[in-house]
Amino acid sequence: MFKRLPDIAGATVAITIDGTPFSARQGDSVAAALLLAGRAACGMTAVTGRKRAPYCLMGVCFECLVTIDGEAARQACLVPVRDGMRIETQGAATSITEPAA
Amino acid sequence: MARDYDIAVIGGGLVGAAIAWGLAREKQRVVILDEGDIAKRASRGNFALVWVQSKGLGLPDYVGWTIRSSDQWPQLAAELKDQTGLDVCFERPGGFSLALSERELAARAVTIERIRLQPGVVKFPVDILDHAAIEKLQPGIGPTVVGGSFCPLDGHVNSLRLFRAFHRAVMQLGVDYRPSHTVHGITHRSGGFRIATTAGEVRAGKVVLAAGNANAKLAPMVGLHAPMRGNHRGQIVVTRRMPRFLRHPVVTVRQTDEGTVMIGDSYEEASDDTRMTLAISTVMADRARRMFPILDDATVVRTWSCLRVMPQDGFPIYDQSESCPGAFVACCHSGVTLAANHAYDLAPMIARGALDAAQLAPFSARRFNVQKAA
Amino acid sequence: MSDPNEHHSGAPSASSAGEGARIQGEYDVVIVGAGPAGLAAAAATASAKLSTLVLDENAGPGGQIYRAITTTPVQSRDVLGLDYWQGEDLVAQARASGATFVQGATVWSLDRDRQMAVSINGASRGLFARRAILATGALERPFPIPGWTLPGVMTAGAAQTVLKSSGLIPDGRVVLAGTGPLLWLIAAQILRAGGAIDAMLDTTPRGNFRRALVHLPGFVASPYFAKGRALQREVRSKVKIIDGVTALRAIGDDRLREVAVTRGGAEERMAADILLLHQGVAPNVNLAMAAGVAHRWDARQLCFVPVLDADGNSSVPGIAVAGDGAGIGGALAAAERGRLAGLAAVRALAADRAPGAAETDAARRALRRAERGRAFLDILFAPAASFRRPTGDTIVCRCEEVTAAQIAETMSLGVEGPNQLKAFRRCGMGPCQGRMCGLTVSELIAQARGVSPDAVGYYRVRPPVKPIPLKELADMPQTPAAVNAVVRG
Repeated sequence: MFKRLPDIAGATVAITIDGTPFSARQGDSVAAALLLAGRAACGMTAVTGRKRAPYCLMGVCFECLVTIDGEAARQACLVPVRDGMRIETQGAATSITEPAA
Repeated sequence: MARDYDIAVIGGGLVGAAIAWGLAREKQRVVILDEGDIAKRASRGNFALVWVQSKGLGLPDYVGWTIRSSDQWPQLAAELKDQTGLDVCFERPGGFSLALSERELAARAVTIERIRLQPGVVKFPVDILDHAAIEKLQPGIGPTVVGGSFCPLDGHVNSLRLFRAFHRAVMQLGVDYRPSHTVHGITHRSGGFRIATTAGEVRAGKVVLAAGNANAKLAPMVGLHAPMRGNHRGQIVVTRRMPRFLRHPVVTVRQTDEGTVMIGDSYEEASDDTRMTLAISTVMADRARRMFPILDDATVVRTWSCLRVMPQDGFPIYDQSESCPGAFVACCHSGVTLAANHAYDLAPMIARGALDAAQLAPFSARRFNVQKAA
Repeated sequence: MSDPNEHHSGAPSASSAGEGARIQGEYDVVIVGAGPAGLAAAAATASAKLSTLVLDENAGPGGQIYRAITTTPVQSRDVLGLDYWQGEDLVAQARASGATFVQGATVWSLDRDRQMAVSINGASRGLFARRAILATGALERPFPIPGWTLPGVMTAGAAQTVLKSSGLIPDGRVVLAGTGPLLWLIAAQILRAGGAIDAMLDTTPRGNFRRALVHLPGFVASPYFAKGRALQREVRSKVKIIDGVTALRAIGDDRLREVAVTRGGAEERMAADILLLHQGVAPNVNLAMAAGVAHRWDARQLCFVPVLDADGNSSVPGIAVAGDGAGIGGALAAAERGRLAGLAAVRALAADRAPGAAETDAARRALRRAERGRAFLDILFAPAASFRRPTGDTIVCRCEEVTAAQIAETMSLGVEGPNQLKAFRRCGMGPCQGRMCGLTVSELIAQARGVSPDAVGYYRVRPPVKPIPLKELADMPQTPAAVNAVVRG
């Protein structure tokens, strides 16, 4: 959906997305990294479980909620990438499961 | 603007709508006179419990009245589902009150005991349990939960869906629902009532005051007395949906059928429901995560404050007017729990024109020992 | 060797680590938002020696219009344009003024007594402001078309955001759709950066120009006239433009595949990988509304705006609103509004240090100049009703997946306003707190009832205005009174 312009300077930042390593750039938001990595469909609707992707990239739509370093429901568009950051998608809305026993 | 109805129900909340539904089932021609979008509406701000334990300290008949409604609730849920297609998700898995200190637990045990020792009170099952016993029934409680009380008759419902179901149900039965018809005067004239509203006059053979705290102002218009508090503010914290972990409602923490978690409950003597006290939300959130540590990972999406509908002594007021025959008043704190009684017992009494003294005399406002308005 | 991340010779980009610890419990002035309004307000109050704290939720100052202005990797100044780079001076002045800036700070509660709660780096704390200036700006109007929730459909502003902060341009088959100056601006920026746009679908209603004509003189005299014309010429020369679009659909299963366009009664389909939507912006009202600030419906801008005096003071004493959050006016107007709110704060708290009336008068004149032409733009680019009030299975509330048809059905229960609707259908109860559906819902109810949206009102907004981890709320200080209110035997 998006590509990086050529000749963009900046340090690379090593992150993982659902366990897969990805090279982002200093200053990227997590959402930008997800878009570049082709992992935009990072969320799921609460009611019907449909796929959602970031819509506004400015903290308003809440479609970009992911788990970052173990913390759930972070807005990816508001969090800058950092070396070693672990991003997990599917963290938006969880489905209701029956309790065990 | 005037039209003739058998009964005008003033108030379109859970109490008014339940009564209107019951009346419509008795083939009465009913109009509901309601306020607009921004009204106090405890029907939108309650904790959705259908609760038995801890009721009735000071009025033992209230225990029996409550249990009766709890027992009739499954029928109410089923009938609403049949009629409207909406499942209000009523569940009665038994509920808890949890104590985070020995002192809280002791106070709880004393309250339960005092309820039980009242003369003439109906017996009902409730146990004081320790941490281990609670953990067996409801895994996931935090280490600082000292114990609590459990009553198998406690349950909960999706009260917003209940609200919507009642509104759909009354519409289907031909009840006339009039929003933005705030009532400011009622006169009793030749066997009927003329009700002055902000949108014109409405005439009806009988009138039921089901306007929550506003009943205090309306009741004297028809020779009744309904002393209400009007300054009993509570707050609620709501989370985003979570995987199901809580199968029993706790009086201060419940997980809805949608998966969201509601956290209460507080009391402030305040009457502005547009304001909140942040520190109260903090205390409630802290206690909730101590009761269920999984809540540390929850996300809060909403908080609100609401004025509880609260009669002066906390117990329902059901009365019929002697000076204005055909006028009734019905208000209570537990509009959700008592919805079944209101639909199945109270409404038919009103349709017949007389409240059953045996069941409802204890709830008359005469208990407040004041002169009735002439 | 200069840091490639930093174009501006000033303080380094603020990192959030430890920020929460260094702020005090109270300030003379707390400014929420570091866009043009917030920056100008900070410069005004801090240079008058009022203790000033600026809280902004992004990684760096600039808001939306000047996003990433201190860190953007897009080195060539032609791509983003002069209007963007103008923001550098504002940032410089604000930083030089002595104001304390904290980035990565989300203000989630503000009450009528100006007690705030802010989340920084995973911890929330309270804060008191003698004066609060809310400069939280605008958000994109909802654009509820069938399929607008599909992955691959985004706002034009989103594309501008990643261009500015990361040097990204849309890839694949790129379609823009909507109306408004921003759409043309982002199109030009993408093209200048070397990107390609397959089609631009203009939904500007045909009658708008005629209706806007009465305001033409003001527009011609404004800076927007020449710029706007140049921008449109630039884009038209390179992109296929389809005018007079009356309906749009985004089509795909789990992602966008095609866009269906209707014009002149006929529908045409085009393959698309990304659809960028834009039909104007509206004030981001949530924090102001949660604080109790009164709002009214602006019939020309088709949105709710705060009720303010000429200095931005709201109905709540001590709380001012500045910038696009006060009413859409663009970056230059936002800066002047921020300046005026800042000057008013100085007069209120330190009258002896307030600059003379000449400075305020100059800001008022500059604001009037900056607002020239606004009426013309508002009317010319007013989105069509059909794009503001959807029907059928089109989703209105994205978070709770409530459709226009479901809302219409619920209206038949005698619903008078958005709060009863919210209770019955859950629209507005999701994490976005009505930002994506509030305007749509108020307009749908107004249409169903045959009244103005002013008579219908808006969702009641309460804290937290952004979702916060329960742990953060639970870890905040407790008062004995609060404990007594909760623990009752």
